[in-house]
Amino acid sequence: MLLIRCPWCGERDELEFAYGGEADRPRPHSPDELDDRQWAEFLFLRRNEKGWRRERWRHSSGCGRWFNLRRNTTTHEIDQKEEGA
Amino acid sequence: MTAPLRTAAGDAIDRSKSIRFTFDGTSYTGYAGDTLASALLANGIHLVGRSFKYHRPRGILSAGSEEPNALVRVGLEGYSESNARATMVELYDGLTAYSQNAWPSLRWDMGAINNRISRFFPAGFYYKTFLGSAAIWTRIFEPFIRKMAGLGPAPTKPDPDSYTKRHAHCDLLVIGAGPAGLSAATAAVASGARVILVDENARVGGQLRASQSSIDGAKASTWAEATAATIKSAPGCRVLSRTTAFGVYDNALVMAVERVSDHRGTGVPGPRQRLWQIRARHIIVAAGAHEQPLRFINNDLPGIMLASAARLYLEQYGVLTGRQIILLGQDEETRALLTAAGAQVTQLSRETTISKAVGGNRVSALLIRDAQGQKQKLKCDCVLMAGPWQPAVHLHSQAGGKTVYDEQAKAFLPVGGPAWLTSAGSCRTPLSTAQCLIDGRTVTDRILSDLGYSPTAISRPSCHDDGVQLAAEVPVEDGAKAFIDYQNDVTTADIDLAYREGFISVEHLKRYTTTGMATDQGKLSNVAALERMAQRLNVQPGAVGTTTFRPPYTPVTFGTLAAHDSGDLLDPIRETAMHGWHIEQGAEFENVGQWKRPYYYPRSGETMDDAVRRECRAVRESVGMLDASTLGKIDIQGPDAVRFLERIYTNAWAKLEIGRCRYGVMCSEDGMVMDDGVTARIADDRFITFTTTGNAAHVLDHMEDYLQTEWPDLKVYLTSVTEHWAASVVTGPRSRDVVSSVVQGIDFENDSFPHLAWREGRIGDVPVRVYRISFTGEMSYEVHCPSPSGRAVWEALYKAGEPFGITAYGTETMHVLRAEKGYIIIGQETDGTVSPVDLGLNWAISKKKPDFIGKRSLARPDMKRTDRKQLVGLVPSDRKTCLEEGAQIAIMPMQQAPHPMIGHVTSAYWSEILQTPFALALVKDGRQSEGERVHAHFDGKVIPCEVTKAVFYDPAGENMNG
Repeated sequence: MLLIRCPWCGERDELEFAYGGEADRPRPHSPDELDDRQWAEFLFLRRNEKGWRRERWRHSSGCGRWFNLRRNTTTHEIDQKEEGA
Repeated sequence: MTAPLRTAAGDAIDRSKSIRFTFDGTSYTGYAGDTLASALLANGIHLVGRSFKYHRPRGILSAGSEEPNALVRVGLEGYSESNARATMVELYDGLTAYSQNAWPSLRWDMGAINNRISRFFPAGFYYKTFLGSAAIWTRIFEPFIRKMAGLGPAPTKPDPDSYTKRHAHCDLLVIGAGPAGLSAATAAVASGARVILVDENARVGGQLRASQSSIDGAKASTWAEATAATIKSAPGCRVLSRTTAFGVYDNALVMAVERVSDHRGTGVPGPRQRLWQIRARHIIVAAGAHEQPLRFINNDLPGIMLASAARLYLEQYGVLTGRQIILLGQDEETRALLTAAGAQVTQLSRETTISKAVGGNRVSALLIRDAQGQKQKLKCDCVLMAGPWQPAVHLHSQAGGKTVYDEQAKAFLPVGGPAWLTSAGSCRTPLSTAQCLIDGRTVTDRILSDLGYSPTAISRPSCHDDGVQLAAEVPVEDGAKAFIDYQNDVTTADIDLAYREGFISVEHLKRYTTTGMATDQGKLSNVAALERMAQRLNVQPGAVGTTTFRPPYTPVTFGTLAAHDSGDLLDPIRETAMHGWHIEQGAEFENVGQWKRPYYYPRSGETMDDAVRRECRAVRESVGMLDASTLGKIDIQGPDAVRFLERIYTNAWAKLEIGRCRYGVMCSEDGMVMDDGVTARIADDRFITFTTTGNAAHVLDHMEDYLQTEWPDLKVYLTSVTEHWAASVVTGPRSRDVVSSVVQGIDFENDSFPHLAWREGRIGDVPVRVYRISFTGEMSYEVHCPSPSGRAVWEALYKAGEPFGITAYGTETMHVLRAEKGYIIIGQETDGTVSPVDLGLNWAISKKKPDFIGKRSLARPDMKRTDRKQLVGLVPSDRKTCLEEGAQIAIMPMQQAPHPMIGHVTSAYWSEILQTPFALALVKDGRQSEGERVHAHFDGKVIPCEVTKAVFYDPAGENMNG
């Protein structure tokens, strides 16, 4: 079970959090300027890295805030040294 | 006169406390401190079970948790636990134990016939039985195989014991209180770190319990006890005995089970076992090593044991494992100890080859060939095997660590692994006692700096270094029935068979032969199996590979894992403020998420169908009442509230007046319907949104996600107010009469209070907000009040309704009535693949808004196909047969698969008001198919139906607007 540091509440067990998929995937500002292929990529494609990736987590059993962290998908190490919103 | 089997020694036992126990119905005595195994051995009993497949007589092999043979059933009735290792069962007065897998008795077991015809049962024999017909397998092979193979029986009564869980945190978790572990923990404690030390045995010390070494001038076992006591007394530190760390998980989480009262008997007050969830910053695994058996023919006879086990029985329990002992190995110290205790010990020279052991229910002799090649028969009643030592790498492996084969040690040693786990002592590599003490300290000093503590300058314990004893190769003759995995009856011949049949990779070897797959997880078999396969393949054992160990290290009872989270405490129950009233009225309940909602209110003698028909009729003809308190309610406030709603919903909100409500549809980015419900405008910058009961949390999460991560610039604040408001729905042609007679401060005239508006008033001194929203299609008033007043308001409305024959109705009636109007229910008509256009909700999709969630996806080519499944109604042609939800729809009746399905039934009910069954369905190109005939398939039936519009009653909506 992962140990995750909520930026507001501190270190907590994975059970207190909800996972939110890949980070750094902002919703396009003007969706109608994207063609169908580009829009489909936004909807359905993910990088799905092996190794280190940035991903979103929410402290759902606590403060309810979203934050990002880096996790290694093969070793489950977690790196929260650089915090992004 | 033969020497007694109980000697004067024995650190663990208390000779002043005699204990009576029974094994297979016969009574024996032992002492407090004995294990079941040591007490049986003291009574001269070696035969304790029959092997899994061949039903060979088996005896106690070891003195620890790695025991593969002495599996017994302990305890009676609900306390009964099968497959307990007799070596780990602590004796208590009145203990009742039974052997397993033998019938009619252990000595005279019918299953022994398997041993005689064993050549028909090599590894994987059952795969070959699959090659014949399925009928022969089901009728002959399977019942036979199930009966003959076995561990102990499952208990038939519920577990009466209670269990508990605890969480703990520490800087350093040390697993194993042997010399390395004690040394490590001592060093850590001295530096001020918070330490938890766990050991699976009742007494600390590990190998020190049988050691002749002296440490700091004291006997090794005494030093261990004293050291553990010191650690335990340090502030913030814990020593847990009888505690097995059975699993290592991410980020240094360890699960351990503490056997709190197993050793005190059954029915002892308090928890029987305690589950520890320990989060450490670093873990030292000092779990020692397991001495491995030697692999000669008939190495599984009762009386053949591990040499280190015999020593432990002698030193800890004062028990001699035999009177005429043959010692296979060069351990002079062991020989001397056993001789001093009164046994006759023969040690074999290095040039001796072992042919086989012989005996019936007990080993009686060892056949050997001496250095000159002469055959000899050595009589004995006990053979001790001093085998190679395999470090207990299980926890290291669970954490992702790998192993490397060491030629000298004849063992797999741990390498790598995560930064937060370190092996120490003989768990890491073969080490002497003195070297273990040093290793524990060295490993700890390195870790302490990383943890932010300064290693102290306390001196190391002094101990004479007797050097490491590596097991010498013992020549054996090859042949059948040299056992590798005792528990699963896997022999060297089976490994050879796997090789011949091509199952040479380690994963295949394991699964084909089942070696290492028993409850002992290969503790005494993995190495030998890999070595044997490596021999056949002519490679290094390391090249064969290793499989990954999984938790638990030893079996854990379900009660411990569940602890309090069972029965009534498994999941919270949510009740509305009116719950008591529903119970008093005899309602049947259904679970909607964690909520208890009335399903229907049966009157005396009514079936569910009777009750639902009556409730439906009452609502349409007069007036009914429903508790809608469970509905999700979200308060949305802020200057940007409108802007937010416009982005989240498909429809427009800017022009919604204060005091009005609107039905809204919410989509996901992919354009599929996610939720629907009514939103009311309370003020310029304030709205309240109602969501489907089961979806409330999901909708709030969805909204929060966008506000926090996509639009943090919007000033909008969301609050869940689901529990704050109780809601009573009063619905039917007489609903206005009822509500207006009891609610003050509101003008109920239709022009003043039209459909889809809300007004505030009071019932007595309870403030209420009344919404005209209809889910039944009849005139409807939802009366919301603060929850604490919920029941009082409900009762006031009910009383006011009595003159009109008001009828309480439940969720089933609610479902029927809304379906008659074609109103969708999220999760019923939607499944994440249904768009608002599919549902005929185009009118709710704004054409003017530049963007909202789902808009771009609705323009995707796939979303605009005309043959998508669309919401329609279905009526069975016979007007009698009720369809089933999920029924598959085809144009023609299906004769043979494959057959094209064009949709499915989403909801199906009997309509009391129309006196016909009806259904809602999603059918390809459904809207173009009105009037056509299709066929619904379910439960072996084929029912012809007509496609209709998705509304059956009052299509113009006159009733609710009146």
